[in-house]
Amino acid sequence: MLKQKDKIFQNLYGFDDWKLKGAKERGIWSNTRDLIKLGSDKIVEEIKNSQLRGRGGAGFPAGLKWSFMPKDSGKNHYLVVNADESEPGTCKDREILRNDPHLLLEGCLIAGFAMHAHTCYIYIRGEYYSESSNLQKAIDEAYENNLIGKNACGSEWDFDIFLHRGAGAYICGEETALLESLEGKKGQPRLKPPFPAGAGLYGCPTTVTNVETIAVSPTILRRGSAWFAGLGRPNNTGTKIFSISGHVNNPCNVEEEMGIPLKELIENHAGGVIGGWDNLLAVIPGGASVPLLPKSICDNIKMDFDSLKEAKSGLGTAAVIVMNKSTDIVEAIARLSHFYKHESCGQCTPCREGTGWMYRMMEKMIHGNVQNQDIDKILDVTKQIEGHTICALGDAAAWPIQGLFRHFRPEIEKRIEERNRRVA
Amino acid sequence: MPKITIDNQEIEFENGMTVMQACEQAGSEIPRFCYHEKLSIAGNCRMCLVEMEKAPKPVASCAMPAADGMVIKTNSEIVKKARKGVMEFLLINHPLDCPICDQGGECDLQDQAMYYGFDKTRYEENKRAVQNKNMGPLVKTIMTRCIHCTRCVRFSTEVAGVDDIGLLGRGENAEITTYLEKTIDSELSGNVIDLCPVGALTSKPYAFKSRPWELNKTETYDVFDGIGSSIRIDTRGKKVLRALPRINEEINEEWISDKSRFAIDGLSRQRLDTVYIKKSGKLQKSNWDDAITKIKLEIIKREQKNTLILSGKFTDIETIYASKKFNEKLGSNYFDCRFDNAQFIENSPDSYKFNSTIQEIENADAILLIGSNPRWEAAVLNARIRKAYIENNCKIALIGPKIDLTYSYEHLSDSLEYINKLNDKSNFGKILKNSKNPLIIIGTSAINNKYGSMILQSCASLAKKIQKNKDVNPLNILNQDVSRVGALELKFYNKEFNNDYHSTIKKYLSKNKPVVFLMGLDEIDLSILKDSFVIYMGHNGDRSASIADIILPTPAYTEKSSTYMNIEGRVFQTTKCHNPLGDAKEEWKVFRALSETMKNKLNFNNLVELRKEIISNFNCLAHLNEINPVKKISFGKNHKINDIKVSYNIENFYMNDSISRSSETMALCTKDILSKVA
Repeated sequence: MLKQKDKIFQNLYGFDDWKLKGAKERGIWSNTRDLIKLGSDKIVEEIKNSQLRGRGGAGFPAGLKWSFMPKDSGKNHYLVVNADESEPGTCKDREILRNDPHLLLEGCLIAGFAMHAHTCYIYIRGEYYSESSNLQKAIDEAYENNLIGKNACGSEWDFDIFLHRGAGAYICGEETALLESLEGKKGQPRLKPPFPAGAGLYGCPTTVTNVETIAVSPTILRRGSAWFAGLGRPNNTGTKIFSISGHVNNPCNVEEEMGIPLKELIENHAGGVIGGWDNLLAVIPGGASVPLLPKSICDNIKMDFDSLKEAKSGLGTAAVIVMNKSTDIVEAIARLSHFYKHESCGQCTPCREGTGWMYRMMEKMIHGNVQNQDIDKILDVTKQIEGHTICALGDAAAWPIQGLFRHFRPEIEKRIEERNRRVA
Repeated sequence: MPKITIDNQEIEFENGMTVMQACEQAGSEIPRFCYHEKLSIAGNCRMCLVEMEKAPKPVASCAMPAADGMVIKTNSEIVKKARKGVMEFLLINHPLDCPICDQGGECDLQDQAMYYGFDKTRYEENKRAVQNKNMGPLVKTIMTRCIHCTRCVRFSTEVAGVDDIGLLGRGENAEITTYLEKTIDSELSGNVIDLCPVGALTSKPYAFKSRPWELNKTETYDVFDGIGSSIRIDTRGKKVLRALPRINEEINEEWISDKSRFAIDGLSRQRLDTVYIKKSGKLQKSNWDDAITKIKLEIIKREQKNTLILSGKFTDIETIYASKKFNEKLGSNYFDCRFDNAQFIENSPDSYKFNSTIQEIENADAILLIGSNPRWEAAVLNARIRKAYIENNCKIALIGPKIDLTYSYEHLSDSLEYINKLNDKSNFGKILKNSKNPLIIIGTSAINNKYGSMILQSCASLAKKIQKNKDVNPLNILNQDVSRVGALELKFYNKEFNNDYHSTIKKYLSKNKPVVFLMGLDEIDLSILKDSFVIYMGHNGDRSASIADIILPTPAYTEKSSTYMNIEGRVFQTTKCHNPLGDAKEEWKVFRALSETMKNKLNFNNLVELRKEIISNFNCLAHLNEINPVKKISFGKNHKINDIKVSYNIENFYMNDSISRSSETMALCTKDILSKVA
């Protein structure tokens, strides 16, 4: 279990004051000026050494990403914080925005400085109303106290933060779609290359990062990369907020060490599976986009990027969706397919046409209203989408279905057989 | 040069090329739907996926910049599978109604499905149906067929400069539509029909008319504006069914205006297909022999040295030359082509030409429009100005009433007086001075008054001042008609009619009451002709035909081979697409026959001899599709320009010549687009 002193998010549950006064008591904004005085190279170096991996889902090494920003491009540099948290099951950023907004703002300043950006945009999910009002309040407080703005924290670095509310599209959480939306266009992912670090917001070098990644960075600098790297497992270091939902007795957000066994996570923090561990059917370990894991794997799996990848799933956003045996697993995945059909932006062919097709086939599969060869057909369709689209939404739509058939194919075959018998 | 390996073949490529272009160069064909050379890259159809070594998944070749040392496979199993997959996705919600689809036979989806697709469907769900959208009288929509390539959206926003077309909704509910389903307010809207790779956007007037394989296709040139776009005319029998653009980078790129494309139905309506002679106040059908005899008698009766010949909008160089020679043999030098009263400077060909060339507009970084509405005067040329505006950050200013030109510009004044103020003190004067490639474009609306030549001279002296590049003459005159530059080049004018065409001709007519040949000229005040003997030579029964004493039918531009000179001075020759309707005869044949009856025979006996004779007299016409731009401005003088308010001389883009005034489609456009704007 992660010790209280090693927790970065000291006010995750909002028991303390979220405003500036409370934040200062927790040590936020205490020596920001000194951290900035380390210089941007040193900051990036520290983040690299901490082996922090992006918390938005893909797990890309954060320090490396920051280092992609050109040193002197002659253009404006932008830091864009992706607070468009819409992945089903995920609510970790919400707690940060709501209960510890200053931690994020301090991170913005430091990360922005490290990537030579004077401007930061925080793109917040439109549905996060109270979160956005808290965050705006925190931004106002920070401006009033000269923590950001001209000569932020006395560091001689000018830094502005703007809050932008989204309008409720899942796809706007994809980094380039987010940039399009921020520019006032329709939220559709851009083609890559060029990558945002080269030509992002308004064609200028831009880094888009997740809220949690930014929010942990000041603490890493304060306590040193060695401390952070000492937590968790090699290449999967540090702490992570897990959002546990579904059939557990006590759904919650909890900050834990990376690599914590799933069973421990659920039993210790979420009060266990409803009906006991043996009543567990499957777990989606990282938000709706990753393939589910059946109980047999859940028994021993460790919650980190590499272990889950080995199990042909992923850590994603670390949103653990627990399903016990009362779940109709096919219907559950069909519901996810409906989500992706609804949220596909319609730009590129495989995703636009494929998500609808998969959803309709999944709907039929709930009642076994298909033939056995249709299982291979839907798997083939998922393969036709996966890797052929502009952004990762196509992959995200395909993976849950692939995961379902990888582990629960007999269940569907049974339904088909039952229905065939009934019809005959 | 960097090298790329494509299908085991190493080739060199130029920096800045995409993988797709490199593959084309290597001879590997890449299927595509959304990619189009003239539009921005969307990369959304995913048909052009290729395998790239070291990339975890196939990449869209249209959007991937080629890099040194890349290894590309275009025919591997992964690529084939990807193409099949995309093809299947495109077809699952496509209605497959090819037998009733107008795109059938020239459909990208059809062709590529044959090469790259499955032979049967695995889709058992219901197909999606999409409601058709109203896009006006030109573009027919069957939106269920749409594959969301967004070519039409990109064309309208990037090239046409109107935001009327867009993609609404998302996911499988995404639909292409026009804003509030109103007509596309662009003179180039028809081009989306060519761009649409499927049958979602098709031509409304052409709907269910024909199949592509039934048509005779003739490559020729367009005559509806002065630039002479390259087009292809599709005919069946004696009916022109379609006009489509051909690629011509120097003039029209890949676009043509809606008038060029859709006014062709005017070619089979209101046609003059037989000889008419007025007898006791009524036009009656007659024949060529009677008409020639009658004309001969009238010419002699009204004194042959007074005979007046006036050319019109579509008058070709052969006609100009033959009629001029004919008149000169009669002892008359009364002929003129300046029915819009646009002035020019004698012996200065650069005073009536588009000297910089059309292509040079792309390089311009400052353009001054004087009394010109290029959007209506040459819609395709206007797209070029827009291109400079977008790609070159070109600054544009206008002297003349405010209009929507599809790009933003600085409105200087309504009055030509402002030309005097364009000095170093004025904002745009500075811009012109500091730009590298400035252009001045003068419309005929600025020079169609008695001060026209003074205005030209003032502009020329301004142009001299701002000229930076010795190879680019910044002074451009934008003539609206395909006949004008050629006629002026052949000196088809009379100085007596300088400065004020209408009143001088009126004076001349009332004094001499001569025989007047109107060669397709409808843009004239008919009341001034009342005492003269009017012979109308044309193909559409329009304004002037009603008052003519004799009507001689002539072939329209699709029915004869004609030579024209475009605004740049580029000589081009149209091709005969089908035989003329009825008794129509080429104008030069008529003058040849008349000259013989007048005992003053012209020297040529056929078209070849005529053309030889023209070239021997006017060497500038010897080379087709070439231009020798006048690079040095040959005139110029500063004048004080009076307060002359500009009023544009085109009232209706869609109907401003005898063919388009006969066209039903153009009438619908007028009703739908212009009446709403007003």
